[in-house]
Amino acid sequence: MYLDLFLTYAKVGAMTFGGGYAMLPILKREMVDRKGWVTEDDLIDCYAIGQCTPGVIAVNAATLIGYKKKGFLGALCATVGVITPPILIIICVASVIQAYSGNIYVKHALAGMNAAICAVIALTVFGLLKKTWKDPASVVIGLAVFALTVAFDIPTVLTVVAAAVVGVVISKVKKRR
Amino acid sequence: MTLLLCFWEFFKTGLFAVGGGLATIPFLQEMAEKHPDWFTREELTSFIAVSESTPGPIGINIATYAGYKIYGPLGSVICTFALVLPSFLVILLIAHALNKFKSSEIVQGAFYGIRPASTALISCAILTTFFDVLVNVSAVTSVRSFFDAIDYPAVALFAVILTAAAIFKKVHPIVFIAAGALAGIIFKM
Repeated sequence: MYLDLFLTYAKVGAMTFGGGYAMLPILKREMVDRKGWVTEDDLIDCYAIGQCTPGVIAVNAATLIGYKKKGFLGALCATVGVITPPILIIICVASVIQAYSGNIYVKHALAGMNAAICAVIALTVFGLLKKTWKDPASVVIGLAVFALTVAFDIPTVLTVVAAAVVGVVISKVKKRR
Repeated sequence: MTLLLCFWEFFKTGLFAVGGGLATIPFLQEMAEKHPDWFTREELTSFIAVSESTPGPIGINIATYAGYKIYGPLGSVICTFALVLPSFLVILLIAHALNKFKSSEIVQGAFYGIRPASTALISCAILTTFFDVLVNVSAVTSVRSFFDAIDYPAVALFAVILTAAAIFKKVHPIVFIAAGALAGIIFKM
């Protein structure tokens, strides 16, 4: 069972391209349709909690499903499983790129990739903005953080903690009304 | 010593980066400024590009690549484990009271504040990346030289890919990144 958890998650880790949401259909196929380990509702729930905990969403969901199946060791197997293929793949890719970093074609290709990734991320961030700046208070928090970050050299950790405190205060005030 | 410091920095990132892999970018940019011998901001952009076009969650890929740059394969493993550890511990802590945690007023309030803030932090980090990639900042000495410093081929490629990606939403980003690499080679960027 532990090996099964590890291997299934290794498969998921090796097959996903992109962020956490890209993983959802693959997780569903493996966990719900093939293995029947969790129901689809459970999976969606795990994803929701994965978003309410720090870190990489897809890994959090894996940890949680592993925990639900087999406790601590299950969580460990699932988590290590999902991160092992990417670690191996990136080490290979990175060593190749590093070995050829002086090559003029690699340089040109990386320069082109960098311009392309800007475009790709611009669209992703635009989607995030639409999703997370949805009511007046969140827009104000977002704009304030943006302005303060541009203007001052504030440690990112401090910004996150401050935003959390502001969020708690706002929701308390809202509730009192 | 480097490894210990790496572990600490990536542990912090894992603990405070909320909202998926991209949320780690502001932390990594900060790292690039704090530890210039680890990796540069420009290299970080390449990490992101490679991470988007290889399998695996983006946050894991970026951490692995950054770790490799800092300390080879061992650095990869240490950084990635350090990134994952905080959320692993948090989930173990809350696992027996998941629903209570999810519906807790304080947790919901905190995330109500963190989500828009996280997006703002990512936006800032991405704008910095734009400047790094599209403008040769070191060549800017005056307002006039700013226009000379703009990397026009990069801007053109950026604009073309942005338009294409906005139109063909269903096409996977890897296609656009590959196209960018190809264009980079053809036009000798």
